[in-house]
Amino acid sequence: MEIPFDYETLKVIWWGLLGVLLLGFALTDGYDLGVATLLPFVAKKDEERRLVINSIGPMWEGHQVWFILAGGAIFAAWPIVYAVSFSGFYIAMFLVLAALILRPVAFKYRSKRPETGWRSRWDLALFIGGFVPALIFGVAVGNTIQGVPFALDDTLRMTYEGGVVGGLFGLLNPFALLAGLVSVMMLVTHGASWLTVKLELGPVRDRAARFGMVTAILSLALFAIGGIWLAIGIDGYRITSEIDPGMLPNPLRKEVVAESGAWLSNYGKYPWMILAPGLGLIGSAVAFVGLRAKTSLAMVGSSVAIVGIISTVGVSMFPFILPSSIDPASSLTVWDSSSSHLTLFVMLVCTVIFIPLIIFYTAWVYKVLWGRVTTEEATGADGRHAY
Amino acid sequence: MTDLLVADLSRWQFALTALYHFLFVPLTIGLSMMLVIMEGAYVMTRKPIWRRITKFWGTLFGINFAIGVATGITMEFEFGMNWAYYSHYVGDIFGAPLAIEGLMAFFLEATMVGLMFFGWDKLSRPAHWMVTCFVALGSNLSALWILIANGWMQHPVGSEFNPETMRMEVNNFAEVLFNPAAQAKFVHTVSAGYITAAAFVLAISAWYLLKGRHVALAKRSMIVASAFGVLSAASVIVLGDESGYVDGENQKFKLAAMEAMWDTEDAPASFTLVGWPDREDRTTHFAVEVPYVLGLIATRSLDGEVEGINDLVDQAEARIVNGIAAYDALQTIRRDPSNAAAQEAFAATKTDLGHGLLLMRYVDDPREATQDQIDAAAFDLVPNVALLFWSFRFMVGIGFLYLAIFMVTFYYSNLRRSVPSWVLRMVVVAAPLPWLAAELGWIVAEVGRQPWIIDGILPTHLGVSSLSPAHVITTIIGFTLIYSALLYIMVKLMLRAISKGPDGGPVLPLGGGGIADAIGITQPAKPSASDFDT
Repeated sequence: MEIPFDYETLKVIWWGLLGVLLLGFALTDGYDLGVATLLPFVAKKDEERRLVINSIGPMWEGHQVWFILAGGAIFAAWPIVYAVSFSGFYIAMFLVLAALILRPVAFKYRSKRPETGWRSRWDLALFIGGFVPALIFGVAVGNTIQGVPFALDDTLRMTYEGGVVGGLFGLLNPFALLAGLVSVMMLVTHGASWLTVKLELGPVRDRAARFGMVTAILSLALFAIGGIWLAIGIDGYRITSEIDPGMLPNPLRKEVVAESGAWLSNYGKYPWMILAPGLGLIGSAVAFVGLRAKTSLAMVGSSVAIVGIISTVGVSMFPFILPSSIDPASSLTVWDSSSSHLTLFVMLVCTVIFIPLIIFYTAWVYKVLWGRVTTEEATGADGRHAY
Repeated sequence: MTDLLVADLSRWQFALTALYHFLFVPLTIGLSMMLVIMEGAYVMTRKPIWRRITKFWGTLFGINFAIGVATGITMEFEFGMNWAYYSHYVGDIFGAPLAIEGLMAFFLEATMVGLMFFGWDKLSRPAHWMVTCFVALGSNLSALWILIANGWMQHPVGSEFNPETMRMEVNNFAEVLFNPAAQAKFVHTVSAGYITAAAFVLAISAWYLLKGRHVALAKRSMIVASAFGVLSAASVIVLGDESGYVDGENQKFKLAAMEAMWDTEDAPASFTLVGWPDREDRTTHFAVEVPYVLGLIATRSLDGEVEGINDLVDQAEARIVNGIAAYDALQTIRRDPSNAAAQEAFAATKTDLGHGLLLMRYVDDPREATQDQIDAAAFDLVPNVALLFWSFRFMVGIGFLYLAIFMVTFYYSNLRRSVPSWVLRMVVVAAPLPWLAAELGWIVAEVGRQPWIIDGILPTHLGVSSLSPAHVITTIIGFTLIYSALLYIMVKLMLRAISKGPDGGPVLPLGGGGIADAIGITQPAKPSASDFDT
């Protein structure tokens, strides 16, 4: 069979597609992570908490699949990126898994017993299930931007320096913590927008909007600080040898240097990329305005902010995916980390068929469940299957 | 050389998390189908009792589903976390079905399941039934794709090694998709799930009947479960046999170990009913044999030979020696990609490259292996014979037992319309066995594949990540603690929901008294025939 796209084109398409899948995850599951993080702060009494939980109750399970899909798609399209990042961030990945295991169970089990102690324990589990992944994803991105201490030997087996990446302490450097905070603020703003739109009018919704205004401002400010820090204090990476974008993927066929300002060089080459950080800043500001007015503009703003902030990371690093700080030549890039030509094509066909279908039936489910969630619905006699 | 301790620890962790995940999967697969049947009855008859029945089993489905999904995420991420070199080496083929599982199956299942619980009053009857159908379709398709991935690990087709990228790459997706190992596994695993669900519904219904509670619901559920169960048990046995036949073609060591077949016999080979296989002495003590049967099952002929372990080990030695030549040619190609002689040598031997890599358990460079090391590597190809032999026998025994149980309950509940209490007690007591059989089936399939992570391609110990033992021990402890707590909570909630029954009534004691009642220490209430009227 003749593959209708050349290898280079498919590699770039998949870079974009994985971006779309990660955005799909952040935009949908971001609501749930944000709402779960907000839970103890905006809802005090049990019926208030049930109101908040039930606003995401029917949807979180579908949202979570974006995460699973993004994981599977990275495995299929960039096997070596999946291998190096998941094993390199070993303990961090375990914490994310532990938090994500707690979350569905907390959703399902919280309402099964009436005791206060039982319920507040599951509320804590929900908070952890929201806050911990939101923070760790950001910290992981912060470390990726700085380069991760791994090296590939000539059989492409990956090793890590001193087991540091496998632990947690090596991950928690100042820039990575800043990235973690940006991630938390951005997702909490998103969750607050959701509650503003989905909840009945009342004190819980008001509290959510107030919290969201603060996190929207923090999100904007911390993102801007991150940009300045990147420009003056963080080394980027640059390929110094000739590289053929249509090459058979082998990361060891190139030379790379780490140098100051390299992560900003794409903006000189492709000025349109400035759109990404621009949307990150504007989106946060719009979210603030929307939350203040308590309109659905908040949701538009927080969504635009997420798209902008995540895309900024992607376009700043292009074509790098996972740079290596201890052996820059081992760095993984779009050109030398992908699956074979045939796999990329087959997976593209599957994605093009199924993503529209998924969006279609997800939209249908949203439509069926449209409208504000009320306390009566969440706690009333009819709420037998509500959380 | 990779760290063998890390490899062993990673195997333990994978087994722990996979076996745990697999406690929930079969029930999800089977119960989703039974919900389709029960709600189908509601849509057609419009009788509120069927809606109550669907909602009740749906509640139990939900408790099981949540934990099945949560533990499934671990599985998907563990490949990268603990088996990084494996992920790089075969991700080009193995990653695709995993991603397609997400796209095609998991999204459907997870998006619809919320609506299944929350949509009763927001959807028309047929629309809600359609949602339930989508949940069942998603669960079953999910099993299909994961077993296509697993089938490729058992019988890698449609792919070849690429020296430039140092990994396996796909060259024929249709072969991966229609891999006979995958197809046989899919139907066998899914039918096993149906049995589990039928046994689950049957046991809880029987318990209600013994207690004289929710009789109308229990009897109808029992009619559905026993009919569904008879069909499933028949197919699991037939299709499990198909799986064994496929193993006979592709994974000869696994089949020989399952049957503790040490030496090739004249066809048709006899079947060892029981015995004590001893891997060190290469013999089975106290063997009781049935003539001809194994030859008939494994080759479906009177003259086909089933090769014994000792002969397979001898054949493997030749492949290992060939694999050393492949390894040697590969090193030359990687230094000098245009070397025509090396390319020719590699093309001739590359199917045995994996066998050469087996030696890396003993030496860094397979070319320096001694004859003793080659012998040892060949004998490493013999899996844990006793474990496979007995796991297989218990699994098959449970399958036949359940076929009998379903036939008996079907006879009484569908034809005689009254089930005697000895049958009800038997059904309650037997309830845990399908889960045991599912776990044993996993052991037969996966322990039987050892020492390979990809059969004939990559030895398990080479697939592991470069972690320290402390890392893996930390996560083993972590997973054990979280999973134990979850299991405890889930079993308690499940028992509570069962005890509460379909009306959400008060919780009746289910502990000692309940079980004692159920197995007949106290006098059960007599169900009356009129309860069966619909």
